[in-house]
Amino acid sequence: MVSEVVKRQNKYQAAFEALKSRKPTAAWIELVRDSAMDRFESLGFPTVAEEEWKYTNLAELSKQHFNPASSHEGNDYKAAQFSFPETANSHIVLVNGNFRRDLSTTEKLGGVVVLDLLDAIANASYSKVVREYLARNASYHDRGLTALNTAFLESGVFVLVPRNVELESPLQITFVADSLYGNTANFPRVLLVAEENSSLKLVERFVSAGQQATFTNAVVEIVLLDGARLKHDRLQQEGPQAFHIATTAAELGHGSSYNTTAVNLGAKLARHDISVVMNHEGAECWVDGLYVVGSSQHSDTHSVIDHKQPNCNSHQLYKGILDDNGRAVFNGKIFVREGAQKTDAMQTNKNLLLSPRARVDTKPQLEIYADDVKCAHGAAVGQIDQEELFYLATRGINPALGKSLLTYGFAEEVIGKIGLDSIRAQLDQAVLSQIHTELGPQADVSDML
Amino acid sequence: MLEIRNLHAAIDGKEILKGINLTVNKGEVHAIMGPNGSGKSTLAKVLAGHPDYEVTAGEVLYEGRNLLEMSPDERAREGVFMAFQYPIEVPGVSNAQFLRLAYNEKQKHLALEELDPLEFKDLLKERAKVVEMDASFMTRSVNQGFSGGEKKRNEILQMAVLEPKLAILDETDSGLDIDALRIVAGGVNQLQGPENAIIVVTHYQRLLNYIVPDYVHVLADGQIAREGGKELALELEEKGYDWIKAQMHESGSTVVPAN
Repeated sequence: MVSEVVKRQNKYQAAFEALKSRKPTAAWIELVRDSAMDRFESLGFPTVAEEEWKYTNLAELSKQHFNPASSHEGNDYKAAQFSFPETANSHIVLVNGNFRRDLSTTEKLGGVVVLDLLDAIANASYSKVVREYLARNASYHDRGLTALNTAFLESGVFVLVPRNVELESPLQITFVADSLYGNTANFPRVLLVAEENSSLKLVERFVSAGQQATFTNAVVEIVLLDGARLKHDRLQQEGPQAFHIATTAAELGHGSSYNTTAVNLGAKLARHDISVVMNHEGAECWVDGLYVVGSSQHSDTHSVIDHKQPNCNSHQLYKGILDDNGRAVFNGKIFVREGAQKTDAMQTNKNLLLSPRARVDTKPQLEIYADDVKCAHGAAVGQIDQEELFYLATRGINPALGKSLLTYGFAEEVIGKIGLDSIRAQLDQAVLSQIHTELGPQADVSDML
Repeated sequence: MLEIRNLHAAIDGKEILKGINLTVNKGEVHAIMGPNGSGKSTLAKVLAGHPDYEVTAGEVLYEGRNLLEMSPDERAREGVFMAFQYPIEVPGVSNAQFLRLAYNEKQKHLALEELDPLEFKDLLKERAKVVEMDASFMTRSVNQGFSGGEKKRNEILQMAVLEPKLAILDETDSGLDIDALRIVAGGVNQLQGPENAIIVVTHYQRLLNYIVPDYVHVLADGQIAREGGKELALELEEKGYDWIKAQMHESGSTVVPAN
């Protein structure tokens, strides 16, 4: 129970009342939404007074008015502009959080189930699994933003990879933040459950449409059951008027493998919370990422990798490129719980500052409560190396081009981890254009000699 | 091709080169020898345009132009090449990408045809034979994880691709075993011709068994202490550098002509 006194001014109350007038497909969802709204009213937006939000100020976001996109309205798009050649026939499009079946292509999904999350709840075959896992790894009880997302749960995507199913084509989910009708808030939600020994490649892509401000508050929950494997590439390419808040929460089963690469390029302000909980023995994860910030951009990554059981491995490489007055935050926690023996955890954060006005706050943290473990972490902040530039100059490469080449090389270590060739090629160009330089068409050297 | 007149250069305010005079014509191979600290690597770096070194006096003419007024990258595009003693690693950039970029920058500068990846692949394949490098080196990041010998071979591969008019090899023999030395020197010899010139900077005579110089210049304390033909290198091998230093003291630091 939350008394009216502690309830904060809630710009989202009216939209929530409108949402309540539209009955969801199951009564329990209504209870979850009500409870989440209560939590949001009590918690509100986080402030810089909280340790986890020390360097990311949401004051502008919390004061600005955004209209939650409540119906399936929005532009019509050529969805193909968002997909990649590898995902052309396995492409789900959400516009302002709403599953747009008309824009989605699901020809190549093999045995994989993809449904509007609310339809899955109404479906007797899936309601049980949704109920079991929804809001389990992305808890809304202590996080105001997750609570706000949960309160507005009205669509979203449910992905179920059944036992032993291995999908060859990558599945792409595109999240369009559309401000055609003015400042828009959208609350995309994804629940992905990969059953025993299944395998999936997932591409998440966040983009913007329209020129107005948008507020994306996305929550993606991932459950890998025993022996499941997920390759998860995440591209955040929202527009310059975007506030992008996202939570990725994964739970790993026995012997499962989760390999994710998150690339943050867009948005005015971006915050990505990623958590991987290793609840069972023998799981392994790669939690990698790249953030690139240019003029007036702010990117914050908070990562938690939780080793709760023995014999799990985690690998983390996050890199940042900061230009102009760009700001970035990397906060990476690794917990090794009591009894989680034979843990192997490795964490590295490296940052390249291209401008004296850029700033990064990095904080890798290890908390170890077991004694037979192998853990290492480190962080580095540096600039373009003058000796490297000179070396390139002696090969005829001018300093501006040399700087681009070295920056490209710095990013490549992370981009190279992305599973799809066409994404890698596009990101190479995107990274370079973000730092206002171009290398010209790059040689495809994969078949060199 | 290259004329160095009374060149003085300093780093961090400390004068290293104290009046170097040297003329290099096309078709010639010159060896610069000298003990550690004599200034021979500094000379190489000044010619390549390293920003840490300040030229305090003198001039350098390259094909009649003032070399010192040109930026390092312009010097390179005009045909000056330096093989590094410690080649730099460029993570994330493949050797093939890097070489094509460098090659096309030069071609563009000279208003010559640039090559697309496929055309360049053929060129690279051809030039890689010069240093007996196999395909796997082309897709690997520049110098990353290369052994000392592989890095030096990669320098000569770059030279083979860029076809410099004036190549300066800075201690290219350091850290090489005999097989790598043979390959590197063999590559340099294949690239040497009547239209270009090579300056070999080395501490030891060993490399000069393979790359035979027309002239040998011995540096001591920032000046050329002695000059001669290839036999001077053998004499140094026998007598060591102390002999030169002793002569310099006797003659009051003036250049001692060879026999």
